[in-house]
Amino acid sequence: MGSNIEAITTIFTEFYYWVTVVFMFLIHVGFCMYEVGASRRRNHMHTLMKNTMIIPLVTVTFFFFGWWIYFAFPNGPWIFEGKGLDYAAATGARPWDPAMGTNIADRINGVFWAAFLLFSWTAASIVSGAVIERIRSGAFWILAILVGSVTWVIGASWGWHPDGWMVKLLGYHDAYASGVIHAIAGGFALGILVVLGPRLGKFRPDGTPRDIPPHNPWMVTLGLFMIYTGFWGFYAACNVPIIAPEVIDGQITGTTWTATNIYLAPTTLSAITFNFLMSLSGGLMAAYVVSKGDAFWTYSGGLAGIITASAGNDLYHPIQAMFIAAFGVYCIYKLHHWVERKFKIDDAVGAVAVHGYAGFIGLVIAGFVLWGQPSSPYEGYAAINPIGMFIGAIIMFFVLGFLPAYICARILNALGVLRVPRKVELEGLDFDNNEAYQVAVAEVIASEKAMVSEMTAGQK
Amino acid sequence: MPTNGMESWAVDLNDVAAIYPFQGSEFILYIAGLAFWLYWHVMQLRHEAAEVERETAADSDGSHTKAWIEKY
Repeated sequence: MGSNIEAITTIFTEFYYWVTVVFMFLIHVGFCMYEVGASRRRNHMHTLMKNTMIIPLVTVTFFFFGWWIYFAFPNGPWIFEGKGLDYAAATGARPWDPAMGTNIADRINGVFWAAFLLFSWTAASIVSGAVIERIRSGAFWILAILVGSVTWVIGASWGWHPDGWMVKLLGYHDAYASGVIHAIAGGFALGILVVLGPRLGKFRPDGTPRDIPPHNPWMVTLGLFMIYTGFWGFYAACNVPIIAPEVIDGQITGTTWTATNIYLAPTTLSAITFNFLMSLSGGLMAAYVVSKGDAFWTYSGGLAGIITASAGNDLYHPIQAMFIAAFGVYCIYKLHHWVERKFKIDDAVGAVAVHGYAGFIGLVIAGFVLWGQPSSPYEGYAAINPIGMFIGAIIMFFVLGFLPAYICARILNALGVLRVPRKVELEGLDFDNNEAYQVAVAEVIASEKAMVSEMTAGQK
Repeated sequence: MPTNGMESWAVDLNDVAAIYPFQGSEFILYIAGLAFWLYWHVMQLRHEAAEVERETAADSDGSHTKAWIEKY
């Protein structure tokens, strides 16, 4: 840091990302509450542990190779001008590089890594809810690492990076990750669900779906409130808080410092605050009407509204964000129920719809509403356009989401480790805990009753 | 023509103000937003009235209501 102003800027940026990481922790807390609330009593601990262990497993793998993928893969490899892996840019992201540890000369790498890591947890956690009450933990954790430390990171490197080939060639614009987190994770969940199959009893003999009510609707809705709160941190983490035009080194002239999106194009925290709240509101209002006041879908609709508008929430007008959110929520609600009936897909928490369909639709809408706008502050990049955004949506949902999950789930299924046996599913995935609990309770009761007998015998 | 009029970021940020799409349509957007908000109240009131009506009609002897009171 050459000057005091440079030092203040760097330390402000370091602190800014650190705060976003703490906020984003609430997303994971929210997902755990949500899933446990949605599961039946005999599956609680399994549901909780399945999601909790995402934290260490995705963290270590993201440290070992996920962070490196983000910097090494912007060219494809070999998609943009035949260029391969960008080893030079990825230097500093390998676990053995000095920047990946305590280093006074680099104050940003750790907090920036952590911000991305929390996105990784989110990607895996989105998938977790869809597959509750029948997937084996071991299989899920392999799938969680695949989406959390590999496929979403490739998506980020391609379409959520100032040098990503999708930004350069397609004019892909996805400021707050409609596609790179949500469409990928939603598509990934769908890829697993196709192989995994529905929970026992989800469909009647005539094929129509049954509602399996959450055991604790309060917990589900409070979980979603937590996710909303964490989402604020996520939005802030998607920005660069303060940067000078000469540091961006693109086409911007003058000396006015600014906040930027991930592509280093100017935006403001005010803009995203307007649009976050208006898209949340549009989503909640539309979901309330379309679901006839169903609490689960109303809350989920708030989230889906934000996700639909997220691709362009750095640029939309707040009322545009509200309408885009409302339209997206109407579509995803109808799509969820149509897919459920038609293809017998049992998505226990609506994750494919709320994240996958909303993300996909949000990208397509952004292509039209932002048509012709620059995707980057650098020269030679394609402008934002509907075809590029539609192709981007396909890449995110199907190529990086559905396909890897489907292949991996098929392999795990062939190995016999994807789904629990029928008996275990009916008994509950907490069978081991539940039996131990019953034995412990019986022993304590017997022991205390014996004490009472001794006391009463002594009194006689 | 870009929807916000900006062909590129080759500008001095000191000279840039609003960058949202379709500038000039704010008042129309506002009217549409108002209509959406009012529509929401109409739909909500209709739905709630139908729900309450259905529940009232379905329990002429009060036994269903008593059963719920028992559950506290």
